Amino acid sequence: MSVLRTDHATMRFGGVTAVDDLNIHVEKGEIVAVIGPNGAGKTTAFNQITGVYTPTEGKIFFEPIGSDQERDITGMRPDRIVALGIARTFQNIRLFSKQTVLDNVLISQHLHVKSSLIGAVAYWPNYWKEEKAMREHAMALLERVGLAENANDIATSLPYGLQRRLEIARALSTNPKLLLLDEPAAGMNPTETQDLTSFVRQIRDEYNLSVLLIEHHMQIVMDISDRIYVLDFGKTIADGVPDVIQNDPRVIKAYLGVDEDA
Amino acid sequence: MSGFNGSTYPGLIGMVNPHRRRNITLSCIAILIFIAFLYLAQHGFILDSYGVRVLRLCMVYSICALSLNLIQGYTGQFSLGSAGFMAVGAYTTAILSMPDETRNAVYYLAPMAGWLQKLHLPYGLALLLGGLLAGVVAFLIGFPVLRLKGDYLSIATLGFSEIIRIVLNNAQSVSNGATGLKSIPATANLWWCFGALVLILLFMTRLFRSSYGRAFMAIRDDEVAAEAMGVPIFKHKMMAFIASAVIAGIGGGLLASVMGAITPVLFRHLMSYDILLVMVLGGTGTMTGAILGGSLFIIAKEALRFMDSGFAIGPIRIPAIAGLRMVVFSVLLMIVVLFYRSGLSGGKEFSWDRIFSRHGKKREKVGSEK
Amino acid sequence: MLTLLQQLINGLTLGCLYSLVAIGYTMVYGILLLINFAHCDVFMMSMYFAFYMISVFYLPWYVAFFLVIIATALLGVLIERVAYRPLRTAPRTSLLISAVGMSYLLENLGVVVFGGVAKSFPEVPFLQEIVTIGGFRVQRLVFFVILAMVILVGALLFIINKTKVGIAMRAVSRDFETSKLMGININLTISSTFAIGSALAAVGGFMWGLRYPQITPLVGAMPGLKCFIAAVIGGIGSIKGAIVGGLLLGVMEIMIVYLFPGASGYRDVFAFVALIVILCIKPTGLFGAELVDKA
Repeated sequence: MSVLRTDHATMRFGGVTAVDDLNIHVEKGEIVAVIGPNGAGKTTAFNQITGVYTPTEGKIFFEPIGSDQERDITGMRPDRIVALGIARTFQNIRLFSKQTVLDNVLISQHLHVKSSLIGAVAYWPNYWKEEKAMREHAMALLERVGLAENANDIATSLPYGLQRRLEIARALSTNPKLLLLDEPAAGMNPTETQDLTSFVRQIRDEYNLSVLLIEHHMQIVMDISDRIYVLDFGKTIADGVPDVIQNDPRVIKAYLGVDEDA
Repeated sequence: MSGFNGSTYPGLIGMVNPHRRRNITLSCIAILIFIAFLYLAQHGFILDSYGVRVLRLCMVYSICALSLNLIQGYTGQFSLGSAGFMAVGAYTTAILSMPDETRNAVYYLAPMAGWLQKLHLPYGLALLLGGLLAGVVAFLIGFPVLRLKGDYLSIATLGFSEIIRIVLNNAQSVSNGATGLKSIPATANLWWCFGALVLILLFMTRLFRSSYGRAFMAIRDDEVAAEAMGVPIFKHKMMAFIASAVIAGIGGGLLASVMGAITPVLFRHLMSYDILLVMVLGGTGTMTGAILGGSLFIIAKEALRFMDSGFAIGPIRIPAIAGLRMVVFSVLLMIVVLFYRSGLSGGKEFSWDRIFSRHGKKREKVGSEK
Repeated sequence: MLTLLQQLINGLTLGCLYSLVAIGYTMVYGILLLINFAHCDVFMMSMYFAFYMISVFYLPWYVAFFLVIIATALLGVLIERVAYRPLRTAPRTSLLISAVGMSYLLENLGVVVFGGVAKSFPEVPFLQEIVTIGGFRVQRLVFFVILAMVILVGALLFIINKTKVGIAMRAVSRDFETSKLMGININLTISSTFAIGSALAAVGGFMWGLRYPQITPLVGAMPGLKCFIAAVIGGIGSIKGAIVGGLLLGVMEIMIVYLFPGASGYRDVFAFVALIVILCIKPTGLFGAELVDKA
């Protein structure tokens, strides 16, 4: 059973069809890429999967954490979908700007808190244990991505590259099964891009993830992906393994004139 | 080697503030001094009864500013409903804690409703109930209103606040209508006010160091991202809204006792504006700011009272103009709103560390290079 | 039957007044995404301007009428200049707070300058005289209001659609940043918006004072709230919506009080009920457009 499966998912805004009959699937442990020119509907597709938009037509199925049955998550509230095991990063970094690096990661664990508000405020022993565990988990994650020294810095005081890393750490902190990365390499130089490639592979292995990513950096996409979907004007114009996609004339045509270092 | 492959870190222990001992000691000393001051004031030594009243009002307004801070400063929801929740708390507390003789005297236009007559509560419980009732009202209002984005929320909460006022103005047998309530027992002395303030401060400090507090602030900073990190938005907005209302209700209950008399007119939209501007004056999003703003508001209103009765600046004599002090105050507030947007507290909480670091130690500029 | 129609006319008259003020709210919101809390105080000020011009300076009412409009328009522009323009790059909350602060200032100023005791709006016998037309007894004022509405709305629609300033206003409310880049004079456009909105509010205020002669510095608070609600019901940002919303609210208010006289103490509540209803059913209002901000 696929971890994620979209079934004729379509998104229409008034007269515009942003996503047209999307049928993608992600298998356990795969890294799948969605590519295409700007405005092709990639982020919209992400938004459908994460519950921000309800598909105008079609359905989305996901196999939640700890289950092997797929569930219809079409139109579910975003925070519920996160609880089931999908986490994401954003194209334009959306960190919690006034909070520290550590707090940003801690917030992603809030959904797992069992104590009530009263319990948390009254500092009952159960909550104290939860808080301690959350902090340890968060620090471990920060150490994993190399941000442990910055734990008490304000999130937006970090350089751009580190902010991107923080976003990924924050998403990982929700304990996901499927990780959606929206242009994780945007604004990175070649060295950082290399680091990112191996990083994504490593976390996929360490945290038992499946990954769906949107990217413009063809280097990463070709290096890292098991399979690729190509979108153009909302339609899926090609899908397959990197070698096939690289040589597909329709893909080359869609990308004509688009610089690789977009 | 930097990069995604991790690096060593000092561990959780290294993050404890090295000056912790000193800070706690200083805070304890300050609190003890303040309690001593209150004791003396309560017994008429440092302040006269007028001064004590001003002090009590400062604390009450600080509490109300804290309530707004919770929902707006920390959770980012622009609510102008403070007056309504304060009214619920004020009326509940006043009505329930009023002894029978007073009730008969006050409700002279129409007798108090039968079911109400049998209800009496000691002040403390009435105060709590006032807060809880305000919370219930918030719960009911929250359903339609909390799904609205910022600007609409302000109008909707303002509207509901006005509805509460209109209802109080009309429900003659319950609230005594437009006449209002007087001879409210002055139970809320300095200790009540101070005690409530301290408890509320403790609550809020604990709240904002907990996961729930972080979730509230995440909603403020970026609601979409918060939801994408698994925070159920509506549920948390509701929690913050209710908590804020309960605190406002307690503030209102204390206000009723401090002022001795309340009418629906007291809780019109201007009161919500007062609380908002008090919070902004002190500094949105900080508890220090709420206390500074609330205190300064009351003290300035009293201190500027001389303006209303005519005064002289050098050779120029300014005649008595009722309400002049409020205009001066309004102008002051506009200046803060326009030019000192982070208010008196500058957006930061009070901290002993900052006071000590000003003396002597050279501040190093740390580069943000990585 | 006659009384019912009579009340309908009353409702429409009130509705016209609400529309005039609601347009000001909707235009400013459309351009700046700001609830101009001070708008209801501009409305209040126009009534006091009229009071002073007619009752203190003994100007004839038709002269005062136009002077009041000009004075109020200038006041609106001044408020924008002082309280909103400095914060144009600030976060939206700061602007909202400034609007509240401005309203607070104007109301306190009103108490000082005009006194907290209610004043009587000057009488204009010509307009307040009751004429009988086909069995209905209405104040001549009603025709004046409707005529004024038609002329003003016509003029407004002309300005919006055919003049440079008007097109600029529409552009700015559609896309602020791009308009700036296209060389549109943002300051002039915004000032014009405030001027027009305030002028319309002045007309509304003048009529309001004639209908409800007791004026206090807080006289604008409740009508202001209702007018904003009217704008929301019609679809915030839409002038058509403000007009329809205002008329709807006016008629509804009068009809409900007529049909349920016992509830007259609660007449103001119905506007808020209507607000909640529309926000639950169609939050963008009757003529509003979607606004999405995601990811």
